[in-house]
Amino acid sequence: MSERVQIQATINGEPVQFLAEPRQSLLEALRDELGMTGAKEGCGNGNCGACNVILDGRLVDSCIVLAAEVEGRLLTTIEGIAQGNHLHPLQQAFLEEAALQCGVCTPGFIVAAKALLDRTPHPTEDQVRHWLAGNLCRCTGYDKIVRAVLRASESTEANA
Amino acid sequence: MVLETEKKQKKYKVIGTRPIRPDGLDKVTGRARFGADIDLPGMLHGAILRSPHAHAHIVRIDTSKAAALPGVKAVVTNADFPHVPAEELSLGEGAVNLVHLRQNVLAEDKVLYHGHAVAAVAATSAHIATEALRLIDVTYELLEPVLDVRDAMKQGSPILHADLRTRDMGKDGDIPSNIASHLHFELGDADHAFGEADVVIEREFTTRMVHQGYIEPHNATVSWDEDDHLTIWMSTQGAFNVRDQMARLLRLPVHNVRVVPMEIGGGFGGKISVYLPPVGAILSHKTGRPVKLVMNRTEVLEATGPTSGSYIKLKMGATKDGRLIAARGELAYEAGAFPGSPVGAGCMTMLGPYDIANATIDGYDVVVNKPRVAAYRAPGAPISAFACESVVDELAEQLGIDPLQFRLQNASKEGTRQLRGTTFPPIGNVAMIKAALASDHYNAPLEGPNRGRGVANGFWFNAGMQSSLNASVNGDGTVSLIEGNTDIGGTRASIAMQLAETLGIPMEAVRPTVVDTDSVGYNAVTGGSRITFASGWAAYECGMDIRRLMCARAAAIWDLGEDDVEYVDGVIRARKDAAKKFTFAELAGRINSTGAPIIGNASVSPQTVGGAFALHIADVEVDPETGKVQVLRYTAFQDPGTAIHPAYVEGQMQGGASQGIGWALNEEYYYNADGTLANASFLDYRMPTTLDLPMIDAVMVETPNPGHPYGVRGVGEVPIVPPLATIANAVYRATGVRFRDLPISPRRVLKETQGLE
Repeated sequence: MSERVQIQATINGEPVQFLAEPRQSLLEALRDELGMTGAKEGCGNGNCGACNVILDGRLVDSCIVLAAEVEGRLLTTIEGIAQGNHLHPLQQAFLEEAALQCGVCTPGFIVAAKALLDRTPHPTEDQVRHWLAGNLCRCTGYDKIVRAVLRASESTEANA
Repeated sequence: MVLETEKKQKKYKVIGTRPIRPDGLDKVTGRARFGADIDLPGMLHGAILRSPHAHAHIVRIDTSKAAALPGVKAVVTNADFPHVPAEELSLGEGAVNLVHLRQNVLAEDKVLYHGHAVAAVAATSAHIATEALRLIDVTYELLEPVLDVRDAMKQGSPILHADLRTRDMGKDGDIPSNIASHLHFELGDADHAFGEADVVIEREFTTRMVHQGYIEPHNATVSWDEDDHLTIWMSTQGAFNVRDQMARLLRLPVHNVRVVPMEIGGGFGGKISVYLPPVGAILSHKTGRPVKLVMNRTEVLEATGPTSGSYIKLKMGATKDGRLIAARGELAYEAGAFPGSPVGAGCMTMLGPYDIANATIDGYDVVVNKPRVAAYRAPGAPISAFACESVVDELAEQLGIDPLQFRLQNASKEGTRQLRGTTFPPIGNVAMIKAALASDHYNAPLEGPNRGRGVANGFWFNAGMQSSLNASVNGDGTVSLIEGNTDIGGTRASIAMQLAETLGIPMEAVRPTVVDTDSVGYNAVTGGSRITFASGWAAYECGMDIRRLMCARAAAIWDLGEDDVEYVDGVIRARKDAAKKFTFAELAGRINSTGAPIIGNASVSPQTVGGAFALHIADVEVDPETGKVQVLRYTAFQDPGTAIHPAYVEGQMQGGASQGIGWALNEEYYYNADGTLANASFLDYRMPTTLDLPMIDAVMVETPNPGHPYGVRGVGEVPIVPPLATIANAVYRATGVRFRDLPISPRRVLKETQGLE
C-alpha cells in the first residue's frame, strides 16, 4: 500500500484537509475519503462526464485528476451548487423540465452546465450542445436537458 | 404534445399533469444514494479476474500468490459455489438456466467469451484487490472461437457446450450444436399467398451486438451474516428477482435473502440477471465481512448486457393494389455464451403493425463466444422491425405508394390476428399513423442535396406481471405509499399520481417510498414497460381499498350503514344528508381517535396490457466527404393509452429514439478475429452525444387501453423499435443506397456510396 499524503483544498467554500494515496483519483478521494458521493463514476477515463467538478473555475472530469493535484485549489462539486436550502436555477429547471430519468448523470450535467453559465450566461442551443457533448446521458436523448439549461439561463439568478 | 383520438372532456385532475417527481430533489443535489454510494463498517472491496480469451479450457487456477498479498482477505472461484440443478428460472424478461447462470457468474471449466469472470478477490481496498488479480495464475488451453451467428450454425463449427442439443418443437436433437432452439410460427398459408402476390421482395439483414449503455456500472455490496442471512445493497431492476436468483444459486431459503434496491443509474433490461451479488456473497461468507463490488466500464461492456447480433432473411409479398398478403422470415439471433436470445419476441413482434394473413417465421437461438445477452428495451423487436420495416418500405416504393399511406392501408387494428395466434384488443395503431400523415413534419418540404426522410413503425407486447403495494393514511391527510419497484424513469411519480387520482387528493399529498424485499409484497421486475401499468393498477386498487375503509369509518362516526356513505372527489359524505361530510384530510385527522389505522393494500397480476405502437419520422443529411449521417429532425409518435405524466412519457419516447438512433448509426461490438472485444470503452463504443441528436419531438396519440382502470399502456420499450429502419429508410432517400447491415457508420456509408475502404 502506498503511503497516504495530506491534501488541503477549498471545497464548496469550506477549507478541507484529507488524506489520500498518491494513486487515488480526485473522484475516489471525494467519494471514498470525503463521503461526497454526488459525483459518479460512469467510465473512469474521462468519456462520460458523470464525475464533473469545477476546479479553479475550470470544468474537469474528476476521475482523471489525481487527488494530490487539488492541493491549495478551489473545488466546486454538485454538493455545493445549491445555496443552503435554495436550489440553483439549473437544479430547479432540471426538475421542472423533467430533465432526468434515472438521475445518475444528472450531477455531472448540472455541474457542467453551471460551468457553462459561469462563462456564457445566455448560451444558444448550439452552444449548450457543444458544451455538454462531454456528458453522456442514456435515458433522455438530451432534449429535456438542453431545454432545462436554456430555461435556467433565462433566470436572473443563474449567474449569481 | 398529447393528441387524443376521441374528443373526451378532461376527466382527470391529477393524471395528465406534470408534477415534479418525488425523488427529483435528491437527484439534482447529488444526495440520491445509488448502489456504488454504499459504505459499511468493516467493508472489503472485491475485484474480478476476467478471461483474456474468447474460448478456452481452464486447466488450472493458482490463487496462492494473490492470497498472500497483504490486504487480501479471500480469493474465490466457481468451485466455491454449491452445485445447482439445471432448472429454468424466470427473470421476468427472459429466463435463465441455473447452471448457466452459475457458470456465467464465475466460469467453471471453460471460458466462453472475452471478459468472462474467472476468479475474484476481496481486499481492504479496491486498489489492493485489483493488484491481487495480477497475481492469480490461470493456465488456459485455447480453443477456436466462433463469433458470428451464421458461422455458429454451420456443421463442424467450434462447439461451445458439449451438452447443448437443439430444442426443436419440444424435442431435443441428438448431436451437440450451437443452435439452442428452433422456433416456428405459422399463420395462414404463406406459400400459397406468395403465388398470388404481384410484388415480392426478399432481402437479407445483419445487425451487431449493442449494449444497453446505462451510465451507472453494475454494483453490489453483500453481507453474509453468521446466521446465514444475506443482505444485498445494489442497483437492480428487480430486487425480488435478485432475491430469488440468489436463494436458488446459494441454496438458501428465500427469507434468508434481503435485497435493498438502491437508486439505479439506468438498466434498459440489463440489470435483471445477477453478475456480482453471488460473487460478493461467497467472498463475504469466506471473510465474515461485507464486500462491495463495482464494475468498471470495460467490465460492463465486456461481460454484461448486450443484446443480440443477428442475421435475418425476410421475404414479403403484396398485391398491386397495395395489400400485404404474405411473409416468410428466418431470424437467427446471437445468444452470446449461453442460450436465451430474444429471438422469440423478435419473431412475434415483427409483423405486429400489419394485418397480414399469411406468414411463416422461423427463429434460431444460437450461442457464440460473446457475452451472454441480456434484455434490452423491447428485447428482440428492434432487430426484426429493422428487417420488416425496410422490406415494407421497399414494397411501398415499388408499388408507387406513399410509405406512410402503405402502412396505414395495411395497419393492424382491433381484431387483427397476430402471428402468435391471438387477436388485438383495441389498439391505437391506425390513429397514430393518421396523426403522422397529418403532421407538420411529414408534410414539411425537405430540400437540399444528400437529404432524405424515412419512416418506420414498431410494435411491442408490453407486460403485466405481479405488483403489490400498500399505503397508510396519515393524520394530516397525506398518504405514505410503500412500493417495491425500482424507479428508473419516474415511476414513483406515475404510481403516486394514480393513487392521488383515485383518492381525489393532490399528488403532493402522496409520498412514495421504494423499500426492500422484506418490507413489501412481491413485485416483478421493473421491465416490460409494466410499472406504470401494473403498479399503477395496484395503486388504483389500493386507493379503492382506502376509500372503502374511509367510508366505513365515516359510517361508524355517523352511526350509518356503510352503504349510506359515498366517496366522491376526495369527499366522504352521507348519501342522504348533505350536512354530513368530511374532506379526506378531515377524516384522516380523526382516524386514530375513532378506531384502527387505515392502510390500503393491493396486489395485482393484470394481463390486459393492450400492446404498444410507435411510429417515427426522421430527416437526415449524409456528408458525402466523411460518410457521417446527421439527424436533422426527428418526430416520434406513440400511443401511450393514457399518458399519466406526459413529460415522462415524452422522456421515454425521446430516450428510446436516441438509443435506436445510436444502434442505427454508430453502436456495435467490434470483435477482433481472435474473439477479443476491441472497443470496450465509451470512447470507442460510441453512443449518441448532444451533438449527434436534434430535439426529438414526441407526439402522444392517446387511445386509452380498456384493460386498465385509467387506460394506461406501457410506454418504455416500444420507442426503440422503429428507429433502426426509420434511419435506414431516410439514409436510402438521401443516398439511393439501402443499408441492410447495421450500423450505418461513416466507414460503411463511404464504402457503399463511393466504394471507399
